[in-house]
Amino acid sequence: MTAPYQEPIADYLSATTQRPVDDGLNGAGAEVAGPPTGCRVRSEDLHVYYGPVHALKGVTMAIPDRDITALIGPSGCGKSTFLRCFNRMNDVIPDVRVEGRALLGETDINGPRIDVVALRKRVGMVFQQPNPFPMSIYDNVAYGPRIHGIRRRSRLNEIVEVSLRRAALWEEVKDKLRKSAFDLSGGQQQRLCIARTLAVKPEVILMDEPCSALDPQSTFRIEDLMGELKESYTVIIVTHNMQQAARVSSMTGFFLMGELVEFDATRKVFQSPADERTEKYVSGRFG
Amino acid sequence: MSEPSIGPQVGAPPATDIQGNARGRGWIKELGFEAIALATVCAALLMLGVLLVDIVLDGWPRLGMDFLKSLPSRKAEQAGIWPAFVGSLYLMVITACVSFPLGVAAAIYLEEYAPRGWLSRFIELNISNLAGVPSIVYGLLGLAVFVRAFQLERSLIAGGLTLSLLVLPVVIMSSREALRAVPPYVRDASLALGATKWQTVRRQVLPLSLPGIMTGTILALSRAIGETAPIVMIGAFGYISTVPTGLKSPFTALPIQIYNWVSRPHRAADTGITFQTNAAAGILVLLAMLLTLNAVAIWLRNRAQRRLK
Repeated sequence: MTAPYQEPIADYLSATTQRPVDDGLNGAGAEVAGPPTGCRVRSEDLHVYYGPVHALKGVTMAIPDRDITALIGPSGCGKSTFLRCFNRMNDVIPDVRVEGRALLGETDINGPRIDVVALRKRVGMVFQQPNPFPMSIYDNVAYGPRIHGIRRRSRLNEIVEVSLRRAALWEEVKDKLRKSAFDLSGGQQQRLCIARTLAVKPEVILMDEPCSALDPQSTFRIEDLMGELKESYTVIIVTHNMQQAARVSSMTGFFLMGELVEFDATRKVFQSPADERTEKYVSGRFG
Repeated sequence: MSEPSIGPQVGAPPATDIQGNARGRGWIKELGFEAIALATVCAALLMLGVLLVDIVLDGWPRLGMDFLKSLPSRKAEQAGIWPAFVGSLYLMVITACVSFPLGVAAAIYLEEYAPRGWLSRFIELNISNLAGVPSIVYGLLGLAVFVRAFQLERSLIAGGLTLSLLVLPVVIMSSREALRAVPPYVRDASLALGATKWQTVRRQVLPLSLPGIMTGTILALSRAIGETAPIVMIGAFGYISTVPTGLKSPFTALPIQIYNWVSRPHRAADTGITFQTNAAAGILVLLAMLLTLNAVAIWLRNRAQRRLK
């Protein structure tokens, strides 16, 4: 990674939109059959084992850039496991083994020489429970840039403001940036977590059931926000809420027992699925 | 209250049945148990109270700047506690400086870095066992290692190191407890932002667990300050009439001074002050130190709880 925080703020906003085209990592071979846009995030025959449990069974998938891809399926079907392969958060779990390839551009994420820290800067994650740090709102957003070496006050101020604006939270918190993040509502906390993720300038954002702990109003706001985020970021969302998947995503993947059963345009998955099991699941007959 | 009762269905109408149940045979057992529990607590408190009152009655009149600042003497009414008091303070500082960084570092390694396996379980088991080893055994170890092998003689540093060994297992265990109490989501969130493990520990986990770690360490220290056996073992049991001046100085400590005085023969001087009176006053000084330490620990804990809310 070259020093990513040197460019002025205007670039900061646009950098992510330009990046997928070329940064040396994206070979011409990235044109996988499927959606017309590039697919920098891909998996090839990806297997994950938790000890003796075979949690993910050979998933091959190409996630369209700068779009929203939803992963649906019953609990324990492997969709979260799949998601966490792309920022190596499975590493945290003991006894985990990954086989096959998860790719970002042409780089194998599970390769032995991968700098996990650099990877997680480029692949951000939003968790199920809003999980702000027990710090002030400002410090929550500034945490990422700070650990990546930014010290200058004015630069940090800039990043915090831009990130909060992009997460549609700035207007609500601009007068209380020094207040504890725990003073915010659940929905605001989740948007703060999104802002925190944006502050390290990722190109991919993984969302692991980001709305399951929120009320409908907050859920709506986050979905709205996701619509804006997809202009600049590749968003992958795991959700239990099928209406949500249908509302926000362009592509939908249906997982069952560790396998990717069907992956297609969202409209097709929900209206005329190719597989009988998908049809049963989306019509609410099991799961 | 119109719900059908869970008790016997025959006879009485439902409403009274519910009341009857509450006042049934269970009630006697309940009250009996409560009475026994209360009696036990009272017995313990009563003992403590009697001891305290006895000591305060004996020692209180003797307390004063004079007593605190005087050197030991063969005359009870001139004897003071100054060298022992300073010795105890020094011991505590040395013990804290040695056991805190070592203990916290060990806890961080075990909790955050060490791979979960038979080795870490083995270490864990041993640490808990070490916490239960009688303190005199640590004294013997200190004598063999610090006094003899390292040739530190009967010095403050030898005493401090010995006490550090003694409290280290407790510091490690309470620090691990405090680290474990930091919710896992904090680590996940930090790692997911591209923080290294060390950044996560230093910037999130450690600040959040520090009050807990401090509480544990202070409580461990307050145990060390009252210990007599290990420092007797390494030779602090002597007549010391000078205030320690450096790490290599010979020293004595409060519990030892108190023990010394208690073992002197009863012989009231004209003033009515015996060595036993001095011992009682010394105990009060020691108690005051302990209570201060514990109060600091409680204050830290409360502050931490408020911050996490």
